[in-house]
Amino acid sequence: MAETEMIKTVMGERPALQNDAIEVNSLRVAFGAKEILKDVSFTVRRGEILVLMGLSGTGKSTTLRSIAGLLKPSGGEVKVNGRSIPDLSQKELEVLRRRIGFCFQHGALFDSMTIGDNVAFGLREHTDLPEEEIQRVVAEKLSIVDLEGMEHMYPSQLSGGMQKRASFARTIATDPDIVLYDEPTTGLDPIISRVINELILDLQKRLKATSLVITHDLKGAYLIATKIIMLHQGLPVFYGTPQEFQTTDDPYVVQFREGEMEGPIRV
Amino acid sequence: MAGFFEGIGRFVLSALEYIGGSVRLCTESLSFILRGKLRVGLTVSQMSFLGVNSLLIVLMTTTFAGMVIALQLAHVAVQYGVGKMVGGSASLAMCRELGPMLTAIVVAGRAGSAITAEIGSMKVTEQIDALKMLAVSPVGYLVVPRVLAMLFMVPILTLFSDISGLIGGSIVANESAGIPYQVFWDSVRRMTLTEDLMKGLLKSVIFGLEVSIISCFQGLRTGRGAAGVGKATTGSVVISMVVIFITNYILSLFLFTV
Repeated sequence: MAETEMIKTVMGERPALQNDAIEVNSLRVAFGAKEILKDVSFTVRRGEILVLMGLSGTGKSTTLRSIAGLLKPSGGEVKVNGRSIPDLSQKELEVLRRRIGFCFQHGALFDSMTIGDNVAFGLREHTDLPEEEIQRVVAEKLSIVDLEGMEHMYPSQLSGGMQKRASFARTIATDPDIVLYDEPTTGLDPIISRVINELILDLQKRLKATSLVITHDLKGAYLIATKIIMLHQGLPVFYGTPQEFQTTDDPYVVQFREGEMEGPIRV
Repeated sequence: MAGFFEGIGRFVLSALEYIGGSVRLCTESLSFILRGKLRVGLTVSQMSFLGVNSLLIVLMTTTFAGMVIALQLAHVAVQYGVGKMVGGSASLAMCRELGPMLTAIVVAGRAGSAITAEIGSMKVTEQIDALKMLAVSPVGYLVVPRVLAMLFMVPILTLFSDISGLIGGSIVANESAGIPYQVFWDSVRRMTLTEDLMKGLLKSVIFGLEVSIISCFQGLRTGRGAAGVGKATTGSVVISMVVIFITNYILSLFLFTV
């Protein structure tokens, strides 16, 4: 039997995911008569960071939610670690989600809990770590996002940007193998945005974490992306490396990259 | 004409979809309970919030309900020479019908609306999705503690309702129709069977289950934004009340007439 590569995380040692961490084939999602995703296909290999770009309303968040199993696709195939997400039972999905992190666009912190309890939530639910160790991990993760000493604050006492950072700390608290980020740097200042981008890279290097990042921050995308995919009206119009994205003369990419009003993308 | 029938069809379909969804939520919650997957801390805090904090308003409502029953009954009963039956009659009315039903209605208005508003605002701010992504079932974490709290607390509140209603009734019967306290409470003891009390409490368990499931279900299917939360909360109270009245009739039919 082939020896499985093991990864050390705060949740203990666990086997690494297989090479194709995320596979999306001909994904279609419709809400009633409105088709949000028409035919989207891509693969994210283990340890890669795929950046998802495009105008608002082109189906980026819908793609992320379909991969997370929060939305049921109308058609096509979504596989995470070789397992078809729409075909999993609730229990199987929960087991798989212990290895997936999701950083929500607006934080989605539990507003009845303190920031410390939010970050500790996954650790308390899914590990047998002693409380002192949990508190140490919480303090460490909060310090990474420049929120040290904020454990006892409630989300409503923090600014939007601080909530977003706290949400990021909660997402990475359990050292997930796959992390789905929905605009993790939107609304943050350039320095904290850089810190978040560096953290995404750090997770990739340290844990071989696979990331799927929605962002409008081109500079950040060039820094972190292994590949970039651009969606327009539910269809991919570009898929390639950051270098290719910067040099392509595809009219959709050029208009998006340069922020032009004129071009094939109607605004 | 076709539009009229289409409208009826749509209404029937959405009603069936609603019933199906709430029955599924109920089954899922009961399955968690039967498998012993309980969160004791959360359940106790819900018992305090939904039960203990509702006690005052429940006592006020049912005390006055008991008082008005005695007010209507006492004078007529004394005129017809059956003043000795006022206590027993009031007791039967409280234990069999008014105690369980009024308690359930107050709980639906106070606690049920709070459940829907809380879960609904969690839904619109993606906190429910965050729970799912942290591999925690929203049913086990949010619904089950509330269902259990209601199953325990609504019967206890009903017991308090029955007692407070009778205390109110005995005071009014004494003050307005001159029925002595001793006579009132003797009549209560003579005419009320343990069976009446227990059947009333059985009703309250069922009402507790209904209110908790409807409130949680409404919260989990909340639409977008603050307006969605408001709509879901109003719907929760209205649907709970209608269901309580209908169930009360059906239960009374089987428990007290068969």
